[in-house]
Amino acid sequence: MRTILHADANSFYASVECLHHPEIRDRAVAVGGDASLRHGIILAKNERAKAMGVKTGEALWQARQKCPNLLILKPNFSLYLRFSRLLREMFYEYSDLVEPFGLDEAWIDVTGSTGLFGGGYKIAEQIRRRVKDELGITVSVGVANNKIFAKLASDMKKPDAVTNITESNYKELVWPLPASDLLYVGPSTTRKLRRYGVNTIGDIATADSGFLHRLLGKTGYILHGFANGLDSSPVEQLGEEAVIKSIGNSTTTPRDLVCEEDVRIICWPLSESVASRLRKHGFVCRGIQISVRDNSLFSFERQCQLERPSALSYDIFDSAMTLFKNNYDWANPIRSFGVRAINLVGSDTAVQTSLFEDEERRQKRERLDLAVEDIRMRFGHSSIRRAIILQDHTLSGLNPSEHTIHPVGYFKPTN
Amino acid sequence: MKDPKVYVEVIARIDPEGGLYPLEIIWEDGRSFHISRITDIRRASSMKAGGTGIRYSCVINNQSTHLFFEEDRFFVERK
Repeated sequence: MRTILHADANSFYASVECLHHPEIRDRAVAVGGDASLRHGIILAKNERAKAMGVKTGEALWQARQKCPNLLILKPNFSLYLRFSRLLREMFYEYSDLVEPFGLDEAWIDVTGSTGLFGGGYKIAEQIRRRVKDELGITVSVGVANNKIFAKLASDMKKPDAVTNITESNYKELVWPLPASDLLYVGPSTTRKLRRYGVNTIGDIATADSGFLHRLLGKTGYILHGFANGLDSSPVEQLGEEAVIKSIGNSTTTPRDLVCEEDVRIICWPLSESVASRLRKHGFVCRGIQISVRDNSLFSFERQCQLERPSALSYDIFDSAMTLFKNNYDWANPIRSFGVRAINLVGSDTAVQTSLFEDEERRQKRERLDLAVEDIRMRFGHSSIRRAIILQDHTLSGLNPSEHTIHPVGYFKPTN
Repeated sequence: MKDPKVYVEVIARIDPEGGLYPLEIIWEDGRSFHISRITDIRRASSMKAGGTGIRYSCVINNQSTHLFFEEDRFFVERK
């Protein structure tokens, strides 16, 4: 039996800001994208802002409508990185098996250290208290015997709390949760499940796995296992480098790609997904890398620098396609294709605008990206798509947003 | 209101193992304060000044005070 902790720093960016600005602690505070340019999204908010209905990911103007007194701060990424590092350093005191998930979350496998420090709950309590005393921010910690339940547990009580999911209480704690709380269950899966009266995690757990398989494919089996706490994926031993250094998506395509048009169909959703995740984490990238594997399993990677840092899906797509066209001679059809944003810098970094580029057009594209993302957030990923996606239904079955929610450990590097 | 966080100049001793021990704090107005004893060293946050660092609990003129080492500089909490 393993003992896995999942530690989640509560309202991470906002908490770090509030710690450093005692005078704003009793106000509704959010950290948002580029407020000076009048666009950008809420990256994090404190409890007060949350109580007013401010949501992570929404546009700054939406947040201001709900909460006119909202104080929106520009992100200070170097400060957040420092706190993220301090958190990890503390986790490493309890185990060498620490798998960061973004800047503010991590799994810690403490199976081997329970003899030294006491049980999982005791270690979790110690971490919770130490983070508060030593770093001045709060974490909620989940304790369970697998990663999935540990993550669910850390969401149950927050801020500054520990939740223990055991073999004797998981049916009480986990099963009543909505199915969508489970990793891997996105909006479309939720809809599919609901049609058959499967609404909670308990419903998934007690459903016939054969039925889930018919409904969802192999995901059905995986979900059935997750819901029953039968997840055996290991906590990956990831070092410093695992904290977001690049963001990428790749896919093995449903059929081999045989022409440039096929690659474009695959490249768009990948680029959109990368762009949206860059924005979500408050980054822009200075370079793009593509990876290509053909049907003889020969593979290569190529990268290039961007003229200027960007998080636009168009820029990512354009560079990726240029790289591809310059480097592939179609000796064989392609089996797998990936796009990755590299050399990330904070989106608050000052940018040298170019005289030879249409700045207005660039800003338009940015607004377009945000609008598309907003629509997708509200109505599901497939509610708005590029026309090119409709040209080939086999290829376009890909829903890249669903690629992004898995912990790194389950499906090897999507990020 | 003045900023509750005051970065200060510090004269310190570094031992051969790399241990860092502050000896004297030089305040904004130039007055210097001799640290007679360090009673505790640990990582801690300062809610009052806003920040985190290695906290030195120091005795200065028979009064205890906290001095924080934040990455590469020292701060104290304004009384």
